[in-house]
Amino acid sequence: MAKVLVVTSGKGGVGKTTTTAALGAALAQSGQSVVVVDFDVGLRNLDLVMGAERRVVYDFINVVQGDAKLNQALIKDKRVDMLHLLAASQTRDKDALTEEGVARVIDELRQRFDWVICDSPAGIERGATLAMRHADVAVVVTNPEVSSVRDSDRIIGLLDAKTIRAERGERMEKCLLLTRYDAARAERGEMLKVADVLDILSIPLIGIIPESTAVLNASNLGSPVTISNPQSAAAQAYLQAAQRLMGIDIPVTVPAERRSFFQGLFGRRVA
Amino acid sequence: MSLLSFFGRRTTAPQARERLQILLAHERIATSGQPDLLAKLREEILEVVGRHVAIERDKVIVKMERGAGVSTLEVDVEIPNDVQITKRAVGA
Repeated sequence: MAKVLVVTSGKGGVGKTTTTAALGAALAQSGQSVVVVDFDVGLRNLDLVMGAERRVVYDFINVVQGDAKLNQALIKDKRVDMLHLLAASQTRDKDALTEEGVARVIDELRQRFDWVICDSPAGIERGATLAMRHADVAVVVTNPEVSSVRDSDRIIGLLDAKTIRAERGERMEKCLLLTRYDAARAERGEMLKVADVLDILSIPLIGIIPESTAVLNASNLGSPVTISNPQSAAAQAYLQAAQRLMGIDIPVTVPAERRSFFQGLFGRRVA
Repeated sequence: MSLLSFFGRRTTAPQARERLQILLAHERIATSGQPDLLAKLREEILEVVGRHVAIERDKVIVKMERGAGVSTLEVDVEIPNDVQITKRAVGA
């Protein structure tokens, strides 16, 4: 049974696209067939983060409007077997996505993959509501920071009101992915703690991604962090979050980035 | 007083938490389709309690908090000690 997952947040820049790429890759690395779909029409970036920017010929809009077949637009990842990308259009705007067209494409994707992961644009406008519309489960990406938490709260409200599941009176599964977390700063009282964010948002936690150089390196390389640096704390956290999405019950731990001796000696003082 | 505040370093995370809790309590109601719910509840509580006890308008606080399974409504009415409680209230 295919699952449609939306990666959403309200606020921009919190790590939706990074998360879509990493979770998609992690699920595929676990043997699931996965397609990641970029809903950010006009500002597409998932192709870049996935390292497939030069392979996009047809995109999501072309398929929605019937100008291309799904097979022509799906880009198969070269590193992980079961991973596929459906890129957004860079030249069109969000009005090119029609409600019926999106429904038809999502339906078709459901029949071909175990996981359909929709990368939502920031905001609460049409693009974001279309990305969440067909979802069975939502991953709400949040930074431990006031504006991000507030926007996540708003998005949780929308997930409970504007999705097909919510309209049918069914349960809309939502989980929290805390990104850019710095355990040391939280401990010093400089950053909201995991417990604070969970208390405020009241949805189950699926993972804590530490602030990490591995994440930026991964996007520099165009390779999801679970592929480019699978041993990093961030990649491990994503791999475990993917396991939880697959229903495997493992406890969420606060990850700590391993430091080398010299980083430990000098890193702190500079930061 | 913790060691940190002793040295004049105040932590900011607790303030972030508190500001968010207050703000979101209001915004959740404003976006849930019942924008005036809290104000209405407050007025009606004021009226009912005021029938029996003399209270000041600003001493009635109505808060709503969303939890995972249930939401809670918190009503805080401050009654001065020297007020005369009417017979009707005592009898009820």
